[in-house]
Amino acid sequence: MPTLSYRDASLAAIQHSMREDSTVWCVGEDLGRGGVFGQYKGLREEFGEARISDAPISEAAIMGAAFGAAMIGTRPIVEMRFSDFALCATDELVNQIAKARFMFGGQSRAPMVIRKPMGLWRSSAAQHSQSLESWYAHIPGLVVVCPGTPQDNYSMLMAAIACDDPVVYLEHKGIWDLEGDVDFSKKYEFGKAEIRREGSDVTIVSWSNTANLAMEAAEALSNQGVSAEIIDLRSLWPWDKEAVLKSVAKTGHLVVAHESVAVGGFGAEIVATVAEKAGHTLKGPVRRLGAPRSLVSYAPNLEDMLRVTSEMMVTAAQETLKKAS
Amino acid sequence: MTSAGHNFERGRSLLEMMERIRAFEEQACLAAERDQLVLGAIHPSIGQEAVAAGIMHNLKKEDILLSTHRGHGHTLAKGASSLAMMRELLGREGGCCGGKGGSMHIADFDVGMLGANGVVGANITIAAGAAHAIKLLGDNRIVVDIFGDGAINRGPFLEGMNWAVVFKLPILFVCEDNQYSATTRTASMTAGDGAATRAVSLGMRSTTVDGNDVEAIADTAADIAARLRAGGPPEFLHAKTYRRTGHTSFDPATYRPANEATEEEKRSDPIKRQRAILQTAGMSEADTQSLHQSAQKEMIDILKEAANTPFPADATAFNDVQDIGSPAVEAY
Ligand SMILES: Cc1ncc(C[n+]2csc(CCOP(=O)(O)OP(=O)(O)O)c2C)c(N)n1
Ligand SMILES: [Mg+2]
Repeated sequence: MPTLSYRDASLAAIQHSMREDSTVWCVGEDLGRGGVFGQYKGLREEFGEARISDAPISEAAIMGAAFGAAMIGTRPIVEMRFSDFALCATDELVNQIAKARFMFGGQSRAPMVIRKPMGLWRSSAAQHSQSLESWYAHIPGLVVVCPGTPQDNYSMLMAAIACDDPVVYLEHKGIWDLEGDVDFSKKYEFGKAEIRREGSDVTIVSWSNTANLAMEAAEALSNQGVSAEIIDLRSLWPWDKEAVLKSVAKTGHLVVAHESVAVGGFGAEIVATVAEKAGHTLKGPVRRLGAPRSLVSYAPNLEDMLRVTSEMMVTAAQETLKKAS
Repeated sequence: MTSAGHNFERGRSLLEMMERIRAFEEQACLAAERDQLVLGAIHPSIGQEAVAAGIMHNLKKEDILLSTHRGHGHTLAKGASSLAMMRELLGREGGCCGGKGGSMHIADFDVGMLGANGVVGANITIAAGAAHAIKLLGDNRIVVDIFGDGAINRGPFLEGMNWAVVFKLPILFVCEDNQYSATTRTASMTAGDGAATRAVSLGMRSTTVDGNDVEAIADTAADIAARLRAGGPPEFLHAKTYRRTGHTSFDPATYRPANEATEEEKRSDPIKRQRAILQTAGMSEADTQSLHQSAQKEMIDILKEAANTPFPADATAFNDVQDIGSPAVEAY
């Protein structure tokens, strides 16, 4: 089993998919030189410039053209460079891609992967740091996933490329170099969370890089004698309600943590679902961690003011457990 | 005399298509106003039929078309069923889109019609992408993308056309210039010389044609289609016509001089012009009338049939959203 970085795991997924299926192609700015994060490196050499296609700085056209190409028999992988720039193609994604199949009465499909690197990346400031996954989870027609490990960035990207629905694929740009074992034979099933650590006292639900921080929190909590169960949701739509409800039924305590703004964040959806379906099983108050509703700064100390840390998760877990007794 | 004398059959079939489009939209307007059966907005192309008929005459079934909110004519001329279209306008079962799209989202993938669009200008990048895929797949189809004069002031106009030129795609962009953007004269909100000049500035070959002369449009489109099929670069066609109705069927268009539309009809109604050309070339009055009558009859009949078709089953509100995380499964 190879050890790969999060970046190279995605590269392998594209390479394996493109070798298998000649209708898969990639399009975006600067892909020919390997993509801005090196996540397409070497692909031009193997697959040529038609299938690893550069694009003008025209986000609306990249998204719209890929959609047109998807409707007539190809499977484009769309690179948006930074999730922030994808906002220039919002009409194409939300009004066109997400709706076409339904509006046209099932005549069309848009099998496409829309890669949008998101998240904090040291001193990238307000227009290069956003995590907007909850926006996309709100749009019927889209599948929304947030891989947090090299294994998932392989298995989930393979699944996304093979999927006939449009998949908003949100990689975290803070972890391109994160390394881990990658089993190429491991298949990802959409909507299945991963229990990254089993525990019995408190459930911590998270995704993307925040799930990695939750693993650190679990380690710290275990040193204090608290057993935390870490659920990496991986996919926000669909999301694994069963896994969360089952875990909460066991622990009776819930912390939800994400890097994006807490207000209107997907954490609220999770907490609301638990309240509706399993409120009676809760033994302590729910804690929801997300960024304050402010903007990401350039200065590192200011940027850190918006960060959800593993320490905060430890404190939140302690609080929900303490208030219970 | 135009080429009608030389190619009488083509001229007759162009007239026939224009008659069908006109009759379809007249019935659609009646269905909206008289019968109150069309619940959403419809945007008639009455007076603009020559563009649809002239261009589509040169497309094959497998060629690709993308259209706009004012797209009934394009869709019908591309080969869609008038009954399925009328059912769609009425939101009924068996409509082109199962009643889920309505007039503004009509599509018929079986005849290469990849959709009207409710967002002005949005079809331009999508059409470029369809042409991009055709090139990637290495097949021989061509794409026609039609948009209005108002759409040239949206960003996707630049992005989509630049894209098509850069990637040398087999696509014809058509600006169907009816001189109005909703209730505004487009010229009053457009800098420079407008559509064709902008296309030329991107290095595109651009042709301007009288948008009410169906023979001229068909000739021009035939030439362009031949060049595209031979591997030529994308082209632009600016067809100047006139929007005879209001923006929607309910818009009385009081913002323009009262006689403007009637003057325009007298001067250059494309159907009257084509009838005159064909009659000069020997078409009998009886034949002219029979084309008109049979188009009328077709559309009266399909409206009746559409009105007698049930609405779609309630459960289809949850179909065809997505396979993964489908609301049919996930609904709370
Ligand atoms: C992006 C967007 N802005 C505004 C509208 C509202 N709208 C619908 S049609 C229209 C006028 C479009 O004019 P033109 O492109 O010339 O097409 P025409 O209606 O004349 O066929 C407007 C403003 C819209 N549908 N989409
Ligand atoms: Mg107009």
